[in-house]
Amino acid sequence: MISEQLVDLSRLQFAATAMYHFLFVPLTIGMTWILVIMESVYVMTGLPIYKDMTRFWGKLFGINFALGVTTGITLEFQFGTNWAYYSHYVGDIFGAPLAIEGLMAFFLESTFIGLFFFGWDRLSRKQHLLVTLMMAIGTNLSALWILIANSWMQNPVGAEFSATTMRMEMVDFWAVVFNPDAQAKFVHTVSAGYVTGAMFVLSISAWYLLRGRDVAFAKRSFRIAAAFGLASALSVVVLGDESGYTVGEAQQTKLAAMEAMWETEPAPAGLKLIAGINEAEMKNDWEIEIPWVLGLIGTRSTDTVLPGLKEILVQNRARIVYGIDAVKALEAVRRNPDDSAARTRLHAHQADLGFGLLLKKYVTDMDQVTPELIDRAAADTIPRVTPLFWTFRLMVALGFALIALFGLATWYAVKGNFAEQRWLLRWALWFLPMPWIACEMGWFVAEYGRQPWTIYGVLPTHLSVSTLSVESLYGSLAGFVGFYTVLLIVEMYLMVKFARQGPGSLGTGRYLNETASA
Amino acid sequence: MIIDYPTLKVIWWLLVGVLLVGFAIMDGHDMGVGSLLPFVGHNDVERRVIINTVGPHWDGNQVWFITGGGAIFAAWPLVYATAFSGFYWAMLAVLWALFFRPVGFDYRSKIHHPAWRSTWDWGLFVGGAVPPLIFGVAFGNLLQGVPFHFDNTLASYYTGSFWGLLNPFALLCGVVSTAMITFHGAIYLMHRTEGDIYQRSRTAVLLFGGLLLVGFSLAGVWLQWIPGYAITSVIDPAALPDPLAKEVVRAAGAWMHNYQSHPATIAVPALAYLGIIAALLLAAKGRTLAAFVASSIGTAGVIGTAGVSMFPFILPSSTTPNASLTVWDSVSSHLTLTIMFFATLIFMPIIVAYTSWAYKVMSGKVTAAYVRENSHSAY
Repeated sequence: MISEQLVDLSRLQFAATAMYHFLFVPLTIGMTWILVIMESVYVMTGLPIYKDMTRFWGKLFGINFALGVTTGITLEFQFGTNWAYYSHYVGDIFGAPLAIEGLMAFFLESTFIGLFFFGWDRLSRKQHLLVTLMMAIGTNLSALWILIANSWMQNPVGAEFSATTMRMEMVDFWAVVFNPDAQAKFVHTVSAGYVTGAMFVLSISAWYLLRGRDVAFAKRSFRIAAAFGLASALSVVVLGDESGYTVGEAQQTKLAAMEAMWETEPAPAGLKLIAGINEAEMKNDWEIEIPWVLGLIGTRSTDTVLPGLKEILVQNRARIVYGIDAVKALEAVRRNPDDSAARTRLHAHQADLGFGLLLKKYVTDMDQVTPELIDRAAADTIPRVTPLFWTFRLMVALGFALIALFGLATWYAVKGNFAEQRWLLRWALWFLPMPWIACEMGWFVAEYGRQPWTIYGVLPTHLSVSTLSVESLYGSLAGFVGFYTVLLIVEMYLMVKFARQGPGSLGTGRYLNETASA
Repeated sequence: MIIDYPTLKVIWWLLVGVLLVGFAIMDGHDMGVGSLLPFVGHNDVERRVIINTVGPHWDGNQVWFITGGGAIFAAWPLVYATAFSGFYWAMLAVLWALFFRPVGFDYRSKIHHPAWRSTWDWGLFVGGAVPPLIFGVAFGNLLQGVPFHFDNTLASYYTGSFWGLLNPFALLCGVVSTAMITFHGAIYLMHRTEGDIYQRSRTAVLLFGGLLLVGFSLAGVWLQWIPGYAITSVIDPAALPDPLAKEVVRAAGAWMHNYQSHPATIAVPALAYLGIIAALLLAAKGRTLAAFVASSIGTAGVIGTAGVSMFPFILPSSTTPNASLTVWDSVSSHLTLTIMFFATLIFMPIIVAYTSWAYKVMSGKVTAAYVRENSHSAY
């Protein structure tokens, strides 16, 4: 049997490298559009300052992008190196969007990013703007296909199990592409990226304004970031609501866990602001609730009941019992493919096969299953509530705070006196890390909340790993920690250096710090 | 579906080949440039010239690698799973070597300090030299078979060690692969530079071209004695893929069967020789663009030779030959292969079109003057 330590280390390595990668992705996604906006203004007005803005913010974008590329390959590799059984079991579906991402999006993004940096003197203004636009489209399409793949893990549509090939197989490609979970996730995630890009430009511009340097440059950058940020932050929240809706349909467990909803409540359920969670007794010691709201955003109706965790636990236990039959039938078919009675039994309980596989964490032989083990497997299907409940709330609180900041920034930008509002500039400066924290929280809620599954209801996490030694995992994890720490220090050093140097680093002779060269 | 399953299985073998060749030609030439960087560039300006010949393109080229990986995942999931997890430390070494490229290119010239720049130069060397070396070693191991087996649920178990990969034949294949990539990169560098760098690159072309010819010939001769693999049971190419449903034997000379039964396939190794020799002659004469095309053909020939020798095998198992992965039994479903085929058919020409445009925009020699004038924006 697969050791739990191997599973935990594999999870830790993937989570750490994925969250590290996600430090760079949102900024890339957001900055591409900010660069398109700045350069469009340059092409329309012909004012060189907008070209300088595109180039300077593009330079910082490039420093970030390099690490995004570096750390992205890790994730593609890891499906094969560390999650081999996963890759075999669902590669027929999951591999396709990853490959299409390469063909349709990543080639586009990566080819045009070269021309973005080096094509200024060789392309006409309009051609260069087109290059920047293609880079932005490529980046966003890239996010689309990755999130289609990710959403299939949350809501596995358009696929069926085959006993002959011992894997899931695609039966409806368009169902995978138009997975409602993917639509919501895409808009929510790229909007969060846009907010991150806007915050980055807003903060650094605010810092220049607080210091009273490169004022014309900073003011123009601030205005663009404020307006773009407000639109994006509103979109994150409105379409985050949309995310909640689809979660409600496909993954009621995750919704109930992140809301600490132990009991099934009469519709429409209330939304808890905060609560004292007691996981051992499956209840909240106290809670502050807004009536109706969760039911409305979770089901878009006033009469659909959302199941609580206790009810889900009972349902899942029943599915595990059916799942035992499915696993036994599958094992009979694998021993003798002509056993038609077993095929019939497998077919009858196929929907619960994944639930039966949950028991493989505890026994290899399904005849050894005891009611206690079924209880344990059922309990495994409820993710830990406390971390989900609080990370989700932190993310939402940051989202609203960002709307407030961008709203005020836009308000004063329209009035024209934002550069004198030092409290606003300071707020913008110190809020720099917040979108990153919110993005990481969102990623955590989505992925941690999916446990104990890699593919929800289909493939348990503990079956998904490669059959590696624990020593190998310690070694590779140490390697990643070492490389990533050094890379982060180098990246932060360069980012701070060039942000401090400001547009003077372009060497155009129009800005501060022109003596410093690069 | 429009194309039948057996045909699609063969088409996907060809397409993975096309992607690997595309990777070797495109990402290969800038990896070759990276490998040569510390040796051909003697001072900072020369090194910046070298880096800027690939500066605008390395990122797009690297996507050949990423898409190749994605395509193997989508088309041959069991190969992807078994090879990546089995070759765990080798794959991590490739990955960690690749880390040096994006940051090396982008960060190197952003700080003036000589130690900083020299560190990244060697980083770019590692990022350029290590991946082709390991891929060559990996191919050398594929040709000998790899120790792995499956359980009844198709979970794979690799029973070899990392050090076991480093056997003499595999190391020879590593030399062939590294020489091929460096040769190709040196020709590209001749095409895009002038003066001293051009002359030193020309020397590198002759050196690595010669090494490639010798190494490739030696590996070809050695291959006669290496036990190959052959399927002895009847194969139904239309069957649902099940890698445990066939019988395979190991036999010396089995990797020559395809050339004996289909003599036309000898064209593939012949193309390798023709391409490499033509590239050498053309480069020596200074016809660098034609030489680049010729070495691209040679590269396709070398990779194609490994593929044709092994067909229909992809990943033979040395410990459980029956569990070897082949073109027939380690593929995705008919639907997935169909969709991926059309996706490739639609997007590949578009990719080739805009990549060509990008090279056209940035064409011409990269000079020391260019680097000095664009000191703030060039790599």
